[in-house]
Amino acid sequence: MRREGSIGFRIFNYFTLVVALFVVFFPIYSIFVGAFKTQVEYYQSGLSLPDNFFNFENFKRVIDIGDLGLGFRNILIVLVISVVGNILFGTMVAYAVGRFEFKMKKAIMGMYLVAQVIPMVTTQVATFSVIQSLGAYNTMFAPILLYLGADVLQIVIYLQFVNSIPRDLDESAMLEGASLFKIYRSIIFPLLAPATATLVILKSISIYNDFYTPYLYMPSQDLKVVSTAIYSFIGPNAAQLNVISAGILIIFIPTVALFLFMQRYIFAGVTNGAVK
Amino acid sequence: MFNFSYKTQRYLILFGFLAIPVLLSLTFSYYPALSLLYYSLTDWSGLGWDMNFIGFDNYVEIFTKPEVFSSLKNNLYYLIGGLIQVVFALYFAVILTGKLKGRNGFRVALFLPYVLHSVATVIMFKNVYHMEYGSLNTLLGALGLESWQQSWLGDKGIVNFALAFISMWKYMGLNMVIFIGALQSIPGDLYEAASIDGASGWQKFRYITLPSIRGVLELMLILTLTGALEAFDIPFVMLLGANDTSTFVIKTVDTAFKYQNFGLASAMAVVLLIIVLLFIVIQRKLLFREEKQS
Repeated sequence: MRREGSIGFRIFNYFTLVVALFVVFFPIYSIFVGAFKTQVEYYQSGLSLPDNFFNFENFKRVIDIGDLGLGFRNILIVLVISVVGNILFGTMVAYAVGRFEFKMKKAIMGMYLVAQVIPMVTTQVATFSVIQSLGAYNTMFAPILLYLGADVLQIVIYLQFVNSIPRDLDESAMLEGASLFKIYRSIIFPLLAPATATLVILKSISIYNDFYTPYLYMPSQDLKVVSTAIYSFIGPNAAQLNVISAGILIIFIPTVALFLFMQRYIFAGVTNGAVK
Repeated sequence: MFNFSYKTQRYLILFGFLAIPVLLSLTFSYYPALSLLYYSLTDWSGLGWDMNFIGFDNYVEIFTKPEVFSSLKNNLYYLIGGLIQVVFALYFAVILTGKLKGRNGFRVALFLPYVLHSVATVIMFKNVYHMEYGSLNTLLGALGLESWQQSWLGDKGIVNFALAFISMWKYMGLNMVIFIGALQSIPGDLYEAASIDGASGWQKFRYITLPSIRGVLELMLILTLTGALEAFDIPFVMLLGANDTSTFVIKTVDTAFKYQNFGLASAMAVVLLIIVLLFIVIQRKLLFREEKQS
């Protein structure tokens, strides 16, 4: 549709795509093969395939010394609580703002917009003292509290959906005597499901990937999450490259699996976000 | 639930549904931002609550001591990398919106780096860039390009490019998908009409595509700019900011938590905040101007 394009042009396009694919997959390939190699093999065999794809020794070692099990357990707890709270608050705000007229409405929307603009990285210095005075420092509450609040992207996406739900539905429920809470719970919330799916995925990925928050607020060894656990591999007592490769591979798996099965939702969320 | 009138229910819902989210936002976004302003005028160490009001001394220090601001030059690498990345993202978005076999597979593949765990990605590149056993030097050796082999993380002239490349690698696919979304919303008959008038591929791109996605493009540029200013993860995880890779945010975090000077760190954060806000205001103004014209 866009360009009929000469053969030469088409070849050029495919050529650039192949180069891009190579650039994307070369690093991943190199840790993938490295993860199955013994230490000697790693240093001698370069980029060739491992001798034995059933050599899971590195995976066992990395889970052991890296405390990855603990990391996965902790991040799962933080993630589930944060995402559930996040979705509840997000839908609640969108329902309140989308369905009712009230004085503070503009102020609240403006508040979320401006908050988005404040770079979180820079204000951590002060957020740190808030967390400390709440007694949440070095507990799982610190990241949970920081992840819990709805962000503007989430509210904008939910609002689009709320506005597309016909008000007749609310009104006929009210004629039958349903309370406003019941309308939220049994009409609005279920109809927001597609948006919720997208936001759960995007939020989970961003929490899983976050390094800064757990690193700063949960230094305790028992509170390691995946990000901080793998970070300790490269400290002074760094593991060998083949063992590290296995760790990286394990850590890559959850989000890659989520992405491959849910691409439709992820692409929808990403493109939606930019249109705001 | 209870037999309240709808009027009472309305108040209950508004209060019940908004109170906690608003409180969270005030506590964790607004209060920190405001107290940052206050701390920046003190000599607070971050330990205990002893602090003295010292006026604008911290700001004077930032603007007079060259080592604070010099770290901003390292942010420049991420800006350059980001701009190159946007160009690539747009190019791939254009060819993957057109008729092309396997375009969905290509989209998925190029987007993949964005979902990979951020810290693990940086550590993966640490293995790739490894001087003796890294896969990059191994590959160059295998191709007979020994002279291209480098100490990617050791050489001061190269290390920041190597780090900025990771950022390009990670975010190109994301920006590409955003561009694809924008490109798909351009009505196809515009291109058909242009074809009938005999426009070339480049002319269609220049006079139809570019103006249609101008809003997204501007947004992307501002995000690239602010992202570059806030660059932190990659140099921090890779080298803790050593070997002259420290960015402005790493300097700020170090000042606060390593050198126990929260006052100065707050002032640095405020300076960064103001720079970021300034760029956003400029961009909003530009966007606004454009809307008025059309």
